[in-house]
Amino acid sequence: MNSNLRLGIDVGGTNTDAVVVDGTGAVLATVKVPTTPEPLDGIRSAIEGVVGTVDRTRITQAMLGTTHPANAIIQRRGLDRVGILRLAAPGSFSVKPGSAWPADLRAAIMGPTMIAHGGFEYDGREIAPLDPEEIKRFAGECAGNVKAIAISCAFSPANFDHEFRAEEILRAELGDSVAISLSHQVGSLGLLEREDATALNAALLSVSNAVVTGLAKALTDNHLDVTAYLTQNDGTLMGAEQAVKFPILTVGSGPTNSMRGACALAGLQDALVIDVGGTSSDVGILVNGFPRESATAVEVGGVRTNFRMPDLISIGLGGGTIVRGEGADVKVGPDSVGYRVVTEALITGGSTPTLSDVSTKGGRLSGFGDASRLGGMSEATTAAALAWVDERIQTLCDRMKASRQALPLIAVGGGSHLVAKHVPGVSEVITPDHFAVANAFGAAIAEASGEIDRVYRYEVMKREECLEDAKRLATEAAVRAGADPAQVRITSLAEVPMTYVPGSGCRVLVKAAGPLAVAG
Amino acid sequence: MRTIDIGDIDDMALGATLLGTGGGGDPYIAKLMVKQAIETYGPIRVVDPNDLPQDGLVMTSAVIGAPTVILEKIPSGTEFIAAIKAMARYKGQDPVALMAIEAGGMNTLVPLAIAGELGLPVIDADSMRRAFPQIEMTTFTLAGISAAPLAVADEKGNLCIFETTTNQVAETLARGAVITLGLANAITCYTMTAAQVAKHGIHGSMTYCMDLGHHLAAVQRGEAGAFETFLAFAEAKHVFSGKIVDIDRRTTKGFARGTVILEHITDPARTMRIEIQNEYLIAFENDVPVITVPDLISMLDHETATPITTETLAYGQRLDVIGMPCAPEWHQPGMLDLVGPRAFGYDLDYVPFGDKA
Repeated sequence: MNSNLRLGIDVGGTNTDAVVVDGTGAVLATVKVPTTPEPLDGIRSAIEGVVGTVDRTRITQAMLGTTHPANAIIQRRGLDRVGILRLAAPGSFSVKPGSAWPADLRAAIMGPTMIAHGGFEYDGREIAPLDPEEIKRFAGECAGNVKAIAISCAFSPANFDHEFRAEEILRAELGDSVAISLSHQVGSLGLLEREDATALNAALLSVSNAVVTGLAKALTDNHLDVTAYLTQNDGTLMGAEQAVKFPILTVGSGPTNSMRGACALAGLQDALVIDVGGTSSDVGILVNGFPRESATAVEVGGVRTNFRMPDLISIGLGGGTIVRGEGADVKVGPDSVGYRVVTEALITGGSTPTLSDVSTKGGRLSGFGDASRLGGMSEATTAAALAWVDERIQTLCDRMKASRQALPLIAVGGGSHLVAKHVPGVSEVITPDHFAVANAFGAAIAEASGEIDRVYRYEVMKREECLEDAKRLATEAAVRAGADPAQVRITSLAEVPMTYVPGSGCRVLVKAAGPLAVAG
Repeated sequence: MRTIDIGDIDDMALGATLLGTGGGGDPYIAKLMVKQAIETYGPIRVVDPNDLPQDGLVMTSAVIGAPTVILEKIPSGTEFIAAIKAMARYKGQDPVALMAIEAGGMNTLVPLAIAGELGLPVIDADSMRRAFPQIEMTTFTLAGISAAPLAVADEKGNLCIFETTTNQVAETLARGAVITLGLANAITCYTMTAAQVAKHGIHGSMTYCMDLGHHLAAVQRGEAGAFETFLAFAEAKHVFSGKIVDIDRRTTKGFARGTVILEHITDPARTMRIEIQNEYLIAFENDVPVITVPDLISMLDHETATPITTETLAYGQRLDVIGMPCAPEWHQPGMLDLVGPRAFGYDLDYVPFGDKA
């Protein structure tokens, strides 16, 4: 076993966590500091706090999961203005770029747009040849008006040629004064969703640059000479130099890191995970160590994307959830005092009965606040509120499971004390050590991955050959992303036959992942 | 007369997804097309076929191709106009209104997206009130109305007009043309008089689709009693709540086929098997057919009440299965030969669904 150590960092809304793990996944040090208004200050102090007790020269890799880009989109803050070039004319005019965006997002980032000649048909023919003069005109409209340009192109996931050539033309016209994002590098099939994701990506480039530069500085300030990575939506890694270019691929990494971290801390590959916070609980499921993905479209900042995010069910149940009424008539939530539970709950000297009070009275929570303040809370109220909690959690777990078979349930988060020791339909309830830093641990153990999504025609090439080709491309992509070629494996494969077409066209989606190759 | 404005389009698209019975193409792109068209040309007039000059020509407009391709190859808009104009030249007469062939899936919305540019109203009728995979599967075919002449166009200026002997041949020819033209094309067929639409069309389909979506949206918002109101409006029944435990997809020489198996959420002794050919066609509970084509099968996400299309089915999804009787206009001689279970290759009898069965 190598003696290299990894540093995992997670920047959440409330706390910034860091862990150091060794090659076996054992946790050597953890720290939790408040997230700072300038998040890089929090990152720096978290690193400082966690590396003090370990041999920092053994740390070779640092992994960061952060909410920076997601918050920038949600708050429309720090975003760059973007020009959008779509290569699909004479097609696609019936839905222009940015059509589906909320007005405030358009106001914040939309620059010039053009639908120019180019793009491909489903069978690889050109819709139209590129017209360099048209693209130069677009460059003229963008010059001085935007910091970045997003290029999309019909069927670019199958053929990147027009996107690369358009980039070359724009680069020759505009030099390095603008950044350029290409849609085939950002999203999968679905031109509008991919174009929108590429535009958001381009708008985030200043934000991602600040994050990655800041991370590098925080590492250097702490005398760490390491390779830096950011975690992606699917729980796998992207090198820092890639992350600067593809911030949109990191916006959903928080819940994924939390679930993967919890599962790995418990030493499991297949399990349910419940993350109980102050206001709400999320339940998800891991299959072969990766979260099952949601099949429905995911919105980011009000824009529909085709990213696949973890399939989560959320309900209003948390440590700060407000409890009203008495005995059998008790009503729980849905509102919460949230993070103010530390001052507003009965046990913390406040006057609002919460689930943390109920949990203390019922013997599930100890060591938080002052239990003697709960004299006014009846046994009947406690029992009724806890019965509500148990019923809700059981229902959530049942809904999430794919089969009747009992699975372990891993409970994490500040409110995880609310989860009963025994849940019907669950084989055992596990609260792993270090669960409070599951997110940062999830980042520290993340693997490298690659994926492909394309349409094959089984009448042109045999199905088995098509699938082998897809697997090979995904594997190569994973190795390019840093996976150890000896350990990379196919983690998912889906075939979706094309509807309403006689013949055997089929969309094939393959993902491969593997542990990072250890640097010589 | 009613007008459809931007605020109606989300409901309309939701109703269209539901009536797509798992297929018909995701109306998302068509919805954006209609919104852009309304922003440019204003609200769309929806008229009853009886309110038009009875000898005036009504033309249909639809996307023909593969939904997976249309995700990438978004319509230009010009292909629909080209097909309609070609038909008008061929017939020597301009249309007085446009019509949807199918109120179900993305084609519900296509006529709305181009009516504004042509300055035409859209007729409140169709010929399926659900989605079907083939051109001949209409109430017009039952009435002996020809789908031909049909015009198929692309966005580059390529266009063909077919005369055919049967509506089945029309289907074959059109499908062959779109494979060459890029699998994301425009078709105009079933050109007929307003009087013929009034006599043989399914009346009120567009407003039905919009109202259906309106009721389903209330369910999605979690409004009290909304689910019961929605079921009552559609004369629908909730037949099963289950979790997908198996999906088998097959690419055959014909259309995409598949089977999905659900296990009941609370009663493990109950399973539901649903047979798919682009759309959900037959639902069996414990091997007994309970919903059969042409009646409608819809699957709603258990948490969000989002209609789930066949392409997005995934292992472990929690779904509610809803059965709805087909439009009453279907119940006439020839229906089962054209769109009954045996027309899709299933060796079983039609089992009428609903209270009126």
